[in-house]
Amino acid sequence: MAEFKHKHIIALRDLSKADIELLISTAESMREINSRDIKKVPTLRGKTIINLFYEASTRTRTSFEIAGKRLSADTVNIAPSNSSATKGETLADTALNLLAMKPDIIVMRHAVSGAHYFLANKVNCSIINAGDGAHEHPSQGLLDMLTMKDHFGRLDGLKVAIVGDITHSRVARSNIQGLTKLGSSVFLAGPPTMVPPGIEKMGNVTVCGTMDEALQDADVVMMLRIQQERQGKTLMPNAREYSRYFGLNPNNVKLAKPNAMIMHPGPINRGVEMSSSVVDGDQSWILKQVENGVAVRMSMLYHVCGVDSVE
Amino acid sequence: MNLLIKNGRVIDPSQNIDDTLDVLVENGLVKKIGAGLSAPAGTETIDATGTYVVPGLIDMHVHLRDPGLEYKEDIVSGTKAAVAGGFTSICCMPNTKPVIDNKAIVSYIINKAKAEGFCNVFPVGSITYGLSGDRMSEMGELKESGCVAVSDDGKPVHNSELMMRALQYAAGIGIMVISHAEELELVGEGVMNEGFVSTELGLKGIPRVAEDIATSRETLLAEYTGTSIHIAHVSTKGAVQIIREAKARGVKVTCETAPHYFCLTDDAVRGYNTNAKMNPPLREAEDVAAIKAGLQDGTIDAIATDHAPHHQDEKDVEFNVAMNGIIGLETSLPLSLALVAEGVVTLNQLIDKMSVKPSNILKLNRGTLAVGAVADITLIDPKLEWVVQAEKLASKSKNSPWLCKKMTGGAATTIVAGKVVYKR
Repeated sequence: MAEFKHKHIIALRDLSKADIELLISTAESMREINSRDIKKVPTLRGKTIINLFYEASTRTRTSFEIAGKRLSADTVNIAPSNSSATKGETLADTALNLLAMKPDIIVMRHAVSGAHYFLANKVNCSIINAGDGAHEHPSQGLLDMLTMKDHFGRLDGLKVAIVGDITHSRVARSNIQGLTKLGSSVFLAGPPTMVPPGIEKMGNVTVCGTMDEALQDADVVMMLRIQQERQGKTLMPNAREYSRYFGLNPNNVKLAKPNAMIMHPGPINRGVEMSSSVVDGDQSWILKQVENGVAVRMSMLYHVCGVDSVE
Repeated sequence: MNLLIKNGRVIDPSQNIDDTLDVLVENGLVKKIGAGLSAPAGTETIDATGTYVVPGLIDMHVHLRDPGLEYKEDIVSGTKAAVAGGFTSICCMPNTKPVIDNKAIVSYIINKAKAEGFCNVFPVGSITYGLSGDRMSEMGELKESGCVAVSDDGKPVHNSELMMRALQYAAGIGIMVISHAEELELVGEGVMNEGFVSTELGLKGIPRVAEDIATSRETLLAEYTGTSIHIAHVSTKGAVQIIREAKARGVKVTCETAPHYFCLTDDAVRGYNTNAKMNPPLREAEDVAAIKAGLQDGTIDAIATDHAPHHQDEKDVEFNVAMNGIIGLETSLPLSLALVAEGVVTLNQLIDKMSVKPSNILKLNRGTLAVGAVADITLIDPKLEWVVQAEKLASKSKNSPWLCKKMTGGAATTIVAGKVVYKR
């Protein structure tokens, strides 16, 4: 088995093709544990994991928590937004205080891009990024790829369309980094106000003029959440017009390949970026993504801990 | 005390001198320039062989942080850093606490600099009272008490009408207006240049057009009112072109850039390096090329540092939270000398931009070694090899992107009014 040499997982940009393949294949074997009657192995017994979430999250935090518990680690959740951070404590000080409790891994979500690199320079435990600003969301990228592999049996040569607000999306960036490293091509579509400059230089990435162009013969259609609070008042007229040009519906979904997968990192705005019939349709893999999230996060926790084998 | 500076390469663009000569200083003034000068009894002789002897360097854009933010820098540490970097005069920006918008603060700075400082300090007052952006400061009193310019540096005067009136009013008083040219809505919450690097790092970008639009407004206002304006810290290709075209039309616009805008691109931000975070932000390779072209053809008149000291606690934080700015006084000379080595500017042009022009733009009555002039003189050792080490910097703050980097060239001796204030 290949060796994972990274102490932290902050961005898929920092990982090699082999690293990403290893994380995904380990996740595949972790799934067996999740199907057992007693969904627990002692692999990370005695390890302490702190889930430090500066931004609200249900899905990701719960998924990391379950992943840690299934590996028998002790997991603690902290949401500093309603504790010390509001009293003016800096991230560095919060981290040093947590470090005094000797965690093995800190899983952090933070609104500032790159905050994890800053943290990694301050502490001696492993850092896993559960989302930083508009930078990366590596566990989401990995679980998306695992889900694609479930369907296609491979991760090279796929045409993946990502539609929505690319500028503010850490999910898009992690998918672009991972998928293009593994040999797939990414086609982006969104209002030009939501496509950041130079993104086509990040790998095998094409920026499409229309959503139809991106959907054409796609193997995967990944829709991003549109957030009125992020897009403010200047990036689009309103949700209604957005939906008209960048919403996935039963008509335009036919442009993709017949066996195409429909994905969404959640939470979904039904009727905005996707119509309900597509969300709940046969091609939807959205719930499978969530299921795969636990296995992928078990794999990440396992590899940064550098333990020998899964029992 | 009298001084004889012997055998240096004297470069004085104000008099078109570039020759191996001696400079005799008496009673703080330049007494004589010539070959083989002999010294009267009691004169101290400096052997300047191998060095450039130039009119004292002038940095027209410095944040001294005094009064109010002395934990970052003060007049003593800031002027000490200045003379170590070869500067004999610096202009300090008004965003202190309180703001330089009244006679008491101006007097405090001038008096403290005279009593405890190492070089000349020329304060810049604020355009608007308290940097509020809503009404003019008492520019007349500011000028009378010693300010050499007015500026709201750190932010633009957002209200175009107020800016136009300020230009007209300042012209009446006879004081230069220095503009921080930025369109604030376009800057938004941006923290670095908008481009491929901001896209990859997921950081909110500041588009270059934010600076271009504001630069354009300033030149148009100066043109319309027939007044003078100086544009601070030019960083974009667009702004260079706008100023070039305005100058060609006869607009009385001058401008400065800073070493980081011709030495670094936004690639320096990679790794979320907060010592590469400043405003305006580091731009792209084509901007660097345009800045160099502007220095070469004279569009850019001056090199200033925008020396912006910040405490470690303000830089050793998440990128978005970190303060804007870097220190520059002690690294400006070697970084600028590299432009000569690279063939971007001649040595003569460089001294012009680092001494003569800043003096002319702000009427400082410096920037020359003419007989009778105040003997502010910098001796530059072009071959000096040294490494930027935090603990050896005179500045209180250490926020430099060049820490641990090798430098070539630097000040050997700095002389203010005939007195040696720094010797390496």
